Amino acid sequence: MTIQEVHQGRLRTPFFSRISALDTVNQWHEWKGYSSADTLYCEDTEYFAIRNATAVFDLTPMTKYRITGPETAAYINRLVTRDMDKIKPGRVAYAVWCDDRGQVIDDGTIFHLKEGEYRLCSQERHFAWLQAAAIGFDVSIKEETADIAALAVQGPTSFSVLSKMGLDGLAELKPFGLMNFDFDGADLMVSRTGFTGDLGYELWIEPAKAELLWDALFEAGKLHGIRAMGTHALELARIEAGYLAAYHDFLPADATVRTGRTRSPLELGLDWLVDFKKPNFNGRRALAEEKRRGSTWRLVKLDIEGNKAAHHSYIFAKEKGNKSEIGFVTSAAWSPVCKQNIAIGTVRTPHGKVGSTVWVEIYYQREMHWARAMAKATVFDKPFWFPPRRSATPPGPY
Amino acid sequence: MTDRYDAIVVGGGHNGLVCAALLAKAGKQVLVLEANDQVGGAAVTREFIDGFAVSACAHLLYQLQPSVRKDLKLSPKLAAENMTTVVLDEKGEHIRIRGNSVLGVSDADAESYRGFHKRMTRFADLLRTYLNKSPPRLGTHDRRDLSTLGRLAFDVRRLGKTQMREFLRLIGMNIHDEVNERFESSLLKGALSLDAVLGTHLGPRSPNTIMTYLYRLAGDHGRIASPTGGMGSISDELAHAAREAGVTIRTGMPVSRIVIANGRVSGVETESGERFDSMTVISNADPKRTIIDLVGARHVETGFTHRIHHLRMRGNAAKLHLALDELPTIDGLERKDYAERLLIAPDEHYVERAFNPAKYGESSPDPVLEITIPSFRDSKLAPPGKHVMSAVVQYAPYDRKGGWTDAARQQFESATIRTIERYAPDIAQRIIASELLTPADIEREFHITGGHWHHGELTLDQFLFVRPVCSAAQYRMPVDGLYLCGAGAHPGGGVSGAAGRNAARAILQREKAA
Amino acid sequence: MKTYDAIIVGAGHNGLTTAAFLAKAGLDVVCVEKNDYIGGAAVSRNLYENWMYSNCSYVCSLLRPEIYRSLELHKHGLQVTPYGGSVTFMENGDYFGSYHDPEVAYREMARFSRHDADSYERYSADTMRQCRFIRDFLLRTPPDPTSFKLNDIKELIAIGNKFLEMGQDRMYETIRFWTMSVAEYLDEYFETDVIKAARSGSGIIGTALGIHSPGTAYVLLHHYMGDVDGNVGTWGFARGGMGAVSNSIAGAFQAYGGELRTEAGVDQIIVKKGKATGVALENGEEIEGRIVVSAMDVKRTFLKCMNKSDLPESFYNRVENFKIRGSSGKLNIALDGMPTFPALPEGSSLYISDMHFIDSMERMERAYDDWKDGTWSKDPYVDMTIPTAVDPTMAPPGKHFMSCFIQYCPHKLEGRDWTDPEREEFAKTVIEQIANYSPDFKELILHYEIRTPQDIEDQIGITEGNIFHGELTMDQLLFNRPVPGYAQYRAPVAGLYMCGSSVHPGGGVMAAPGANAAREILADLKRPSTVPENFGDD
Repeated sequence: MTIQEVHQGRLRTPFFSRISALDTVNQWHEWKGYSSADTLYCEDTEYFAIRNATAVFDLTPMTKYRITGPETAAYINRLVTRDMDKIKPGRVAYAVWCDDRGQVIDDGTIFHLKEGEYRLCSQERHFAWLQAAAIGFDVSIKEETADIAALAVQGPTSFSVLSKMGLDGLAELKPFGLMNFDFDGADLMVSRTGFTGDLGYELWIEPAKAELLWDALFEAGKLHGIRAMGTHALELARIEAGYLAAYHDFLPADATVRTGRTRSPLELGLDWLVDFKKPNFNGRRALAEEKRRGSTWRLVKLDIEGNKAAHHSYIFAKEKGNKSEIGFVTSAAWSPVCKQNIAIGTVRTPHGKVGSTVWVEIYYQREMHWARAMAKATVFDKPFWFPPRRSATPPGPY
Repeated sequence: MTDRYDAIVVGGGHNGLVCAALLAKAGKQVLVLEANDQVGGAAVTREFIDGFAVSACAHLLYQLQPSVRKDLKLSPKLAAENMTTVVLDEKGEHIRIRGNSVLGVSDADAESYRGFHKRMTRFADLLRTYLNKSPPRLGTHDRRDLSTLGRLAFDVRRLGKTQMREFLRLIGMNIHDEVNERFESSLLKGALSLDAVLGTHLGPRSPNTIMTYLYRLAGDHGRIASPTGGMGSISDELAHAAREAGVTIRTGMPVSRIVIANGRVSGVETESGERFDSMTVISNADPKRTIIDLVGARHVETGFTHRIHHLRMRGNAAKLHLALDELPTIDGLERKDYAERLLIAPDEHYVERAFNPAKYGESSPDPVLEITIPSFRDSKLAPPGKHVMSAVVQYAPYDRKGGWTDAARQQFESATIRTIERYAPDIAQRIIASELLTPADIEREFHITGGHWHHGELTLDQFLFVRPVCSAAQYRMPVDGLYLCGAGAHPGGGVSGAAGRNAARAILQREKAA
Repeated sequence: MKTYDAIIVGAGHNGLTTAAFLAKAGLDVVCVEKNDYIGGAAVSRNLYENWMYSNCSYVCSLLRPEIYRSLELHKHGLQVTPYGGSVTFMENGDYFGSYHDPEVAYREMARFSRHDADSYERYSADTMRQCRFIRDFLLRTPPDPTSFKLNDIKELIAIGNKFLEMGQDRMYETIRFWTMSVAEYLDEYFETDVIKAARSGSGIIGTALGIHSPGTAYVLLHHYMGDVDGNVGTWGFARGGMGAVSNSIAGAFQAYGGELRTEAGVDQIIVKKGKATGVALENGEEIEGRIVVSAMDVKRTFLKCMNKSDLPESFYNRVENFKIRGSSGKLNIALDGMPTFPALPEGSSLYISDMHFIDSMERMERAYDDWKDGTWSKDPYVDMTIPTAVDPTMAPPGKHFMSCFIQYCPHKLEGRDWTDPEREEFAKTVIEQIANYSPDFKELILHYEIRTPQDIEDQIGITEGNIFHGELTMDQLLFNRPVPGYAQYRAPVAGLYMCGSSVHPGGGVMAAPGANAAREILADLKRPSTVPENFGDD
């Protein structure tokens, strides 16, 4: 008897029908097996929708796990570096988790749905690791990536759009908070989170209601400049917000082959996420040792002179006479909203202290010919883009 | 109410006692908590039926390290010293092995065995040096580690070019090929094969069984002794030495957990709810029990837990104890040889075939045996005129498919008796009572996960630098104040005391450094 | 009489490689081969009208790209096409497929276990780390750890550094990896029996060990460390069968001016005054050479083709004890059409993949128990491919060539020679196993060729028909291969060298032993090396 093969080729998210209807440029890539749009009409238009109006991004392919059971809180606290006891039900936390060597496996958001129940949401898959971490804990872990359709609704008018859609009470929702609403008889969870550094929300719902939600959202957003966006616009926004991306700014430690290519949270500028007051968590011993001894690498946010984006650039200590590079750029962009030439990079300590100057070697192409520029750059420690509206509660009316 | 100690040893097995005694000798206040009513762990003597006593688990002494004897001034009373191994033959043409000589085989084999024994003991001596110290850590710049590593390289080189090449080649090899290259006698090949696989989940064809064979030789060049009063007497002597040094030993005190506060050890709690405080806790329990059950995974990190979880420690060796109304008749066996160590391992293929079912969770229909009749020399172990037989029987896999039900136990016991019957036809009539301890029983009674002699399979991937697991091979566990001193730590099992001694030294050295 | 600069004994792919590099260096080289065809075990033969058989080796991945490029094998007709995936048919009617697309592969694993699907990434990274460690040493001569020679110490330090740079944890993992069994290695990553069974096959191919035998994790690596165009772990078909590899190397050899003589079996390697001076052929003819290089396995070279008195006794004894065991057989089949596998949907990409028919670790290990008992596996591990699904040149249009590699199959049956009915019985075992999953398969068979290890020994000359010219166990790897102290391609007789798979880095159609031997020979002759260096991958 013939056994049907697993789906060959790319999967479609529950929003595919709506997104493909809006698509004009037919530019897609694969994201964890799903088709995900690079861009739908025009990268710039989509980007400015984030910063000026509302942009909607389909984040269904994000890997999602549901963690339940009597020992969930202790489990989560051992898993991640930050103190999760402080994250009460109804709150969301950005967190990183490490292996025993204190190297970052991934970052993600953890939703404290209710007492004893969490959702972990990350770019990469970690079921095997989460299970290994569960040895000795009374918890159960379920992958629910395909069971939940998710949309990011980001931009200054996003609050107005969602309110118009009938989500009463959203005004009270603080950053990293979450609320539940009834949507056509289904549970719609809204969290005030995002990857854009702007005012924004993420919507979580069962797949059967996905299209209905999309339609309601776009109906409500008609007069608020709502647009769908692809990954390219989001990528630009996340660099402006200073967020890290796996496989750009760090590599998942468990999937990395070469020695020295992974990073610790301390090396990624995430010291604030490492709580040494917790007596035990994965990576604690190695990180405590690293803190004593000093880190090898340091993450830098760079404000670079000029306007030539520093993609894949080497970073040097001086303009001339360098013996070797001190690091390299991992993400770079010209920021349309800041009018700055920005980059995220990694440099060897002791280089890269906040406020110090480094030099970036930029190669750029103009009509086939390549040119090289040494550009001065200042090390920054804040996100490049951090508008007050991002955290204003209640959000202002736009 | 709580009591405070400098160190608490969880489990009064022989390694725990050695470790406790050495720490007490260095001036520490030490408490040993033993779950059972008698100390000794798997090295105990007990009555299994009125009037018949036997070494319940380990029954022969191979490896008690001279260093341990010396440090604790032990002089165990031995009922038999340097025992002969008699390999039984169905036709009564048994062979006898002792030291470098083997009788009952061709001259060529006898000659070949002398050479083999010489070479093996030489390599075993090299190994022994390392059984008596902490394995070095790799990739550190610590002077002690570097010097131990340097010393290891030097020792290996000092063997001389040919020997060293030979050592590097042999260490990964299997005993099957080695004995086939050298000997023609099936019994000799069978016996050496059995010696290499006793207590392991390996067959003679499994690579690295030369290493397990060397490990056995590394104690006392393969000399085998039997203590008067059974193995329990060794433990009693160790307990005595420990008490003399000031150790408090409390039996019948199963520890329910090792208490961790603020990321470090702070004491232990017993099942009865008693609490004992100490900043140093040394576990004589196996690594899985120590970390997963007593400490709890939440107090250690995931990678470490995962490694401990995947430690291989499925026991295969069962113990069969028989109360006999008189000596069985073994064809062709001289009376004095009843005092010796008797093996049933007619050839190397037989041993391998006994192993085959163990791979699939089935017990051997034709098992291999290591038999002693301790009452022959030590009459106190059985009523006058009567005897007790103690046999290690392989393979009886811990995780037997379908579990160790009564029927399964009966089946294995019958298979074992049938096997003995081929050599001692009257054995069945001689039996007054019997006791079978499968690895599952050993786990339950002696609290050893998987019922494994060595607290973890003795293979190269769980040996030396990587025993019990990567980056915890120096007795220190990754929780401050927690140490491991049992067979699960370097170098491994056998009543040798090496792990306990090395652990004590590691603890004292660390204190000195701090 | 003419004296050649070098005589190469055996025109297998390694012999030809040494020959080609020596000829490239300007030496006057003759390569002698006992058969009337070249290639040794990397051979394609026309045994049935219009069908080309890859009689022995059947897929290609290990062939070092440095050699491919340096000898310009593409100019001599070599073309290697990668193919994807594998499928394991299960007793319950299901199957487990490995797909080229990582996401499809993920979905398939997740169908059995999400844990395993997720764990695969870590498994790949950990295995790749070991691959990277070993790959650098394939085109290098193993150092002698007992030697104080500068070169040896330099090489030892190179290995040491490569090891140290892994960092503490990885060093321990490496030590463990090299000593583990493939079953235990897989247990640390996967929980699903069929997924483990499907992956464990690579740990035993060509090896007289079971999946539970320590050391088999390395054998897995040996099959994983090759690449096609930089894709490590990928396997490919050589257009025209594996003979194309040998033929192309022979082409290069001849283009460099080398001389190839077939039907010139060597009876004896001639040693005069402690030096190899030539060979005596089976037909009585003698050929003189300044050096002699044997591509035969070490047992055949030293025990059959030399006088014991010409060799040091300890060396002779070591070679006698060298483990070279026949454990694999082959069944090559000409098919009238493509057999169908009803479990697979029509058009499935899995039709162009390795097919396997053992779905559990227990069945894998039981297959080994039969071998230990001196018989072929009654439920064998079969690695079946249909090269014609990718390369149509091997059979007439619409017809197919099927290659079945079978583990385990002993050299002798309970110590005695195979009989013809037993060979047929062996073939039947394999055919029935496949037919269980393909009802029309038997009717499509037009012709088949059975190759037990004994057949391989008789035809190709490899002792016991061991595909690797010696077991790949710790005691016979690196500086222990073939025997300690003689791992640097030089035999203990002046002017005599070894270049077959019995020497480092061992078997598989890799050509590295041949290249390494050539490099050492040229160094002894104080000639500039023609042998390429490792590409390196950092």
